Amino acid sequence: MITTTKGLMDEALLDKREGTIDNDNETTTWIEYWLGGELVHRSAHVQLKRAVVTFGETAEF
Amino acid sequence: MANTQCMTNSFKVDLFNAVHAFNATNIPAHTVATADVFKAALYTAASSLGTTTTSFTSAVTEVSGTGYTTGGVVVTFGTAPSNTTTTAFLTPSATITYTTVTLSTSFDAMLLYNNTNAGKNAVAVFTFTAQTVAAGTFSLTMPTNDASTGLLRLA
Repeated sequence: MITTTKGLMDEALLDKREGTIDNDNETTTWIEYWLGGELVHRSAHVQLKRAVVTFGETAEF
Repeated sequence: MANTQCMTNSFKVDLFNAVHAFNATNIPAHTVATADVFKAALYTAASSLGTTTTSFTSAVTEVSGTGYTTGGVVVTFGTAPSNTTTTAFLTPSATITYTTVTLSTSFDAMLLYNNTNAGKNAVAVFTFTAQTVAAGTFSLTMPTNDASTGLLRLA
């Protein structure tokens, strides 16, 4: 059973679509379930790859 | 407008002022007794989050939708900040998950902020490819917590 915008639905009744985005910043996978031409479920999972970095400095007298 | 991944300028000042306590280990006695609570809020792709974002309350374009609570979800920092030679690093110890939400407006940024702090001071902005969610789950999985991939790093 899949959680959808119309409540729980049998996965067998739905059209399943999946995709992946992979670049320097992230690896993202998404999954969609469609009923007829209507999107009734979409989930996305992002694996973050790129950190934020700051650099410490000291001055000389 | 666009969101920009960054460590915010105000966070760098906060470091000098010992504003944030990410983990209960080695908290200075002159600040607080327990670690602060941090949260992750999602922002629409039409937002302008970046280095000048100072707090959660100053960022007004947070997503909204069924199942999403304003302010986002709690971020777990179960592992204390550490360092390897010259680089200090810190990464949330658990995946950030928004369960059974419907977010119809495209979003592409997460603001990490200190929810305990009265000003709800911003820490950093993280961006990703714009997404929507329909009666589903959105999750952000963390990189390995080390000097080369840790989510927050001071070098």
